Amino acid sequence: MSTPADNAPAAHSAGAEESRPSLAALLLDPSFWADWASVVGLVGLVIVFGIAQPVFLSVANLQALLLAAAILVVLSIGQTFVIATSGIDLSLAAAVMLGAIILGLVNAAGYGIFIACVLAVLATSAVGFLNGLIITAGKIPDFVVTLGTLSGITGLGLILSGGEPTMVGSTFLLRLASGSFGPFGYPVWVAIAAVIVAHIALYHTRFGVHLLATGGQTESAGALGIRTDRVKIAAYTISGLCAGIAAILLVARIGSAEPQINTSLLLNSVAAVVLGGVSLFGGRASILGPAIGALMLTALVNGLTLLNVSAFYQPLAVGAIVVLAALIMRYQK
Amino acid sequence: MSAPHHIPATEAIIACEGLSKHFGGIRAFTDVAFQARRGEVTAVIGDNGAGKSTLIRSLVGVHQPDAGNLFFDGRARPFANPDEARKAGIETVHQNLALIDELTVAQNLFLNREIVRRIGPFAFLDRKAMKRDARSMLSRLSINVPSINQRVRRLSGGQRQAISICRAVGSGAKLVVMDEPTAALGVQETANVEALIRRLREQSVSVILVSHNFDQVRRLSDQIWVMRAGKMAATVRASETSGNELVALVTGAA
Repeated sequence: MSTPADNAPAAHSAGAEESRPSLAALLLDPSFWADWASVVGLVGLVIVFGIAQPVFLSVANLQALLLAAAILVVLSIGQTFVIATSGIDLSLAAAVMLGAIILGLVNAAGYGIFIACVLAVLATSAVGFLNGLIITAGKIPDFVVTLGTLSGITGLGLILSGGEPTMVGSTFLLRLASGSFGPFGYPVWVAIAAVIVAHIALYHTRFGVHLLATGGQTESAGALGIRTDRVKIAAYTISGLCAGIAAILLVARIGSAEPQINTSLLLNSVAAVVLGGVSLFGGRASILGPAIGALMLTALVNGLTLLNVSAFYQPLAVGAIVVLAALIMRYQK
Repeated sequence: MSAPHHIPATEAIIACEGLSKHFGGIRAFTDVAFQARRGEVTAVIGDNGAGKSTLIRSLVGVHQPDAGNLFFDGRARPFANPDEARKAGIETVHQNLALIDELTVAQNLFLNREIVRRIGPFAFLDRKAMKRDARSMLSRLSINVPSINQRVRRLSGGQRQAISICRAVGSGAKLVVMDEPTAALGVQETANVEALIRRLREQSVSVILVSHNFDQVRRLSDQIWVMRAGKMAATVRASETSGNELVALVTGAA
C-alpha cells in the first residue's frame, strides 16, 4: 500500500487541487474509456449503422429501438443494484416470467388488470426479498441461491400456467404498449422514470451510499454500524421489483403471458451493467451507464437486423462486445 | 513503580478495576486496573500476547470482561457491543481502518453519519454540507489530501490512516482509541501520523494508543501503562522514564 509507485499518482495530482483533468489527459486515460464504455460503444454503433444503413437513423427506427430497449433498461437497473453489492441476480429473467404468468392468471380469473399488475410486482419483489434473505441469513453465495431460485420459480411458473400461454386482452396494457406521449412511447417513459428514481436513490440518499459501502467493503461498512444484511436484502428486492415492472411491459408488448424464460434478457442485463462501467466486485455503480449499455445492446441487435445479418450472429456479437468491455474494465482505476 | 497510582475519578475519561478476561482456559488478562486521563495521550505497551489488544477491545465493547468494573466519563458502563461504546463517545480507529476504497474521502468521513435534507417524507444527502464540513474537519487537523472528492483507494497508507483518525475525532468522540496506528507505515508517513496525534493532544482530545514502539510512545504520550503476561505491570509518566526502563518493564527485568 505504501510503495512509492502507489503513492506517486496521489502525490502527482496533489498539485492540481481539486481541478478537473484536461480533455487531452482524459482521452489518454484508459479508465476514462472504461467508465464511458457504453456511451462510446453506443456512439460508435450509431455512426457505423447510420452509414451502413441510413434507415437506422430514421425517427421511426429510433423510436422502435427505444421501445425495444425499455424492458432491458428496467432490468439492468435492478441488476445494477445487486451487482453494486458485489452480488448477482441470475433469477432475474425467471422472475419476469413468473410475474407475467401471475399477471395473466389473475387477469384471466377476472380480478381486473390493476390488481393483476400489483400482484405480479408483489410476487417478483417477494422473489427478490427471498433471494436476499437466503443469501444473508444462510450465508450462501449469491450465485448458488439465485441459480436455485431461477430453477425454482421456473418450475413454479410452469406449474401455475400448466405450460400454456395465457392471452391478456386488456385495453390498459394495449394502450401502455402502443400509446405514446410526446416523442416516446409509454414504455420508454416508464424506463426513463425508473432511471431517474434509481439514480436519485443511488446518488442522493443514505441508502445509496450504504449500498456502495456494503458492496465495496462489507466488513468495514459493518464496523461503522451499517446493517449490511438489510442493505443486501433491499438490493435484491429492488431487483425483484424491476423484474415485476419488466413483466408488465413484456405482457403489454406481446399481448400474452408466456411460460418461457427469455434467457437473453438475463445475459443482456448483466452485459448492460458491465458495459455501464459497474464493477462486478461491487462498490462502484451508476444508473446511466447500464441504461446506456442496455440501449447499446438493443441498438446492436436492431442494426444487425437492418443489415440483414442472420439472427444467429447476434448472440455472437453481443458476447464479443461484452468480453471486450470486460477487458477494457481492467484499466478502470 | 509496580502499583498503579490512582487518579481522581473526575480526571479519568475511562477507568477500570479488577478487570479480567479469559477465553476458555486461556487467560487474556487478570485483575487489571487502568485509567486514562482526560485530554491526555495514554499509551499501553507490552510484548506480543501481553494482553493489551484484548484489554482495549474489552474497554470498547468488542469483548465482554468476565469480572471487574468499567467506568467511562464518570459512570459505570460496561458496553455490550462496539455500537454502544460509539454512542457513548468512544471511537476506535480499527487496525484495518474501516475505510471504503471506492468511496470518496468526504463520503468516508460521513459514512453512516450522513447529513441529509428532508423534503416531505424523503431524506436526500446534503452533499454540499458534507463536503464543506469534510474540508473543515481535515483542515482542523492539518491533514493534506489531494481532494476530498478523491476515492480513498488512491490515497497512500499514511493518508488513509489520517482519514480514519479524522473520522473518529470528527464525530465529537470523547475518547479515541488507536490500535498500532503506524504499524504498517513507512518512516515519513509514521512521522505524519505522529504529528497528527500531537495535534489531537493540543486540542485536548483524549487518546488511548496501543503501540509496540517504545520511542514513539515516549514521544507522543503523557502516561504509559505496561502490560506483561496478562497483568498490568507498571505505569509511568512518559516524561519521567527512559527507553531502557520501558524495555526492562516490558520484559520483566526491572
